[in-house]
Amino acid sequence: MATLEIHDLHVSVEAENGPREILRGVDLTVKQGETHAIMGPNGSGKSTLAYSLAGHPKYTITGGTVTLDGEDVLEMSVDERARAGLFLAMQYPVEVPGVSVSNFLRTAATAIRGEAPKLRTWVKEVKEAMERLHIDPAFAERNVNEGFSGGEKKRHEILQLELLKPKVAILDETDSGLDVDALRIVSDGVNRVRENGEVGTLLITHYTRILRYIKPDHVHVFAGGRIAESGGPELADKLEEEGYEAYVKGGRAA
Amino acid sequence: MAEAQNIPAGSTTTGAIAVAAESTVATRMSAPPSFDVADFPVPHGREEEWRFTPLERLRGLHDGTATPNGGVKAEVSAPDGVTVETVGRDDSRLGRAGVPVDRVAAQAYSSFEKATVVTVPKETVLEEPIRLSVQGQGGVSYGHTVFELGAFAEAVVVIDHVGDAVRAANVEYLLGDGAKLTVVSVQDWDDTAVHCAQHSALVGRDATFKSVVVTFGGDLVRLHPRVNYAGPGGEAELYGLYFTDNGQHQEHRLLVDHEAPNCRSNVVYKGALQGEDAHAVWIGDVVIRASALGTDTYELNRNLVLTDGARVDSVPNLEIETGEIVGAGHASATGRFDDEQLFYLMARGVPEKEARRLVVRGFFAELVQQIGLPDLQERLIAKIEEELEESVA
Repeated sequence: MATLEIHDLHVSVEAENGPREILRGVDLTVKQGETHAIMGPNGSGKSTLAYSLAGHPKYTITGGTVTLDGEDVLEMSVDERARAGLFLAMQYPVEVPGVSVSNFLRTAATAIRGEAPKLRTWVKEVKEAMERLHIDPAFAERNVNEGFSGGEKKRHEILQLELLKPKVAILDETDSGLDVDALRIVSDGVNRVRENGEVGTLLITHYTRILRYIKPDHVHVFAGGRIAESGGPELADKLEEEGYEAYVKGGRAA
Repeated sequence: MAEAQNIPAGSTTTGAIAVAAESTVATRMSAPPSFDVADFPVPHGREEEWRFTPLERLRGLHDGTATPNGGVKAEVSAPDGVTVETVGRDDSRLGRAGVPVDRVAAQAYSSFEKATVVTVPKETVLEEPIRLSVQGQGGVSYGHTVFELGAFAEAVVVIDHVGDAVRAANVEYLLGDGAKLTVVSVQDWDDTAVHCAQHSALVGRDATFKSVVVTFGGDLVRLHPRVNYAGPGGEAELYGLYFTDNGQHQEHRLLVDHEAPNCRSNVVYKGALQGEDAHAVWIGDVVIRASALGTDTYELNRNLVLTDGARVDSVPNLEIETGEIVGAGHASATGRFDDEQLFYLMARGVPEKEARRLVVRGFFAELVQQIGLPDLQERLIAKIEEELEESVA
């Protein structure tokens, strides 16, 4: 069973006056089939956690360990992490001029699966996945994320999630900037992937709204660069009512 | 995450559409066109037409100090029905498609000893390309070549430049009425070569001219592809592809001069740059004169900067003296392949090398398809991959 284990993770970024520590000892275990929601105020380090796990060069790991099924994730390059089964749905997906969505998806699937998918079944697979996410077929010929609306970018991220079938999916504020209809379409996509029970999901969000569509098993409150409190779905209800106020103060004092 | 930066530091992308104002195309030249080198002052580098060019790397082509000493081996192979002649300076068929517009082109015209004239008789449709191979042997040379197609003739010309040379040349393309000529000029020089050339096309009535300029090599390459129309109904497509590496200076200065009515032109140049002090310059001038009613023209330049340290200067310029036209437009954009794109592709499992290749291939793909010559397309893609292999780590 696939397990992502994060232990005492410390991460810094280069700031004007030297390195600034953003993550201050994160401990978290995500098992296959589980959904963990990570909630927290702006600037608490949620996105830093997501990008550090994916290996973004901007972030320096200064301490701790991350393993996926016992393998040292921090030793892997960005592409190796993806091939090992980590997937990051980005908050701000990047435009890649000159590369069509269809070419991009096939190249990614080939890299992740270790061989090029058979053309006939692949075309069908992509077409069906796009239909489920209400993505216009014409998108296949557009350049990756170029001129996409916010909602289109997020649906394109979830399309990749469905096609690449990772062991652990990190969804970084996939809900931000989506209207209710788009949120439902995107959530349905995530739920389809979760239903097969083979993916561990780390759902990073600022708002509780998405948790009405994607039910987490565990909810963690992120503050001051670490997990300040963990609980079940009821913790999200508490946050809905009380907000992050208590954690922001507590996080800074800690 | 930072958004992709659209204009890298140190690049200029300025455009101008001048309507019935004084021609900037004319005023930016330091002297009127002339066959005689003495009519041009020696450039000092601050002139508009020379300000992007590192004169000290021209190896004396611009100031009269580059003395010819052989330098290249040129071979023409042509299918049956084509006449290939070596002629003297006084041959009346030389100098008809265009007059040298800068001192180096005039130096070439004033200095060549023998010219090559390649003639495709009227109504002759060639199945195989005419090939001109220019092999640099080191040293200085001046050249002059004329390709002339009679009325309704059709031909493809492929010109290959390889080796090391200091070379200045003029190439003329004369298209009779209804003729169709596709010219591919590949600058695949060693990275030590210096090459300046003016390509002058005179497009006959209802004739079709397609130029494909491909520049990979050279220490300094500076080309002037130019088109004039001898009658109405002519069509010109000018395509260019360059891949500018460490320390290379590759400059393409185009002019399409619409004087005859109902002519069409389409310009698409795309370049990728990588490495320290890679410098690409693109000047795209289109002039629509008062007499050129019904003109339809568009020009586009796109640059993809793959690494830090490279510089692009892209200057589209459109001058319109009549409003009675079908269309006129231009666009220029320079974008970076940045770390965020690389991260995004790698985060989907794509290895770094392949990620770069994907982006660069995609960037050139549309242009390569437009060229419409399958052999050349494959060769270009292979060459682009080769350039990427040599890419900085």
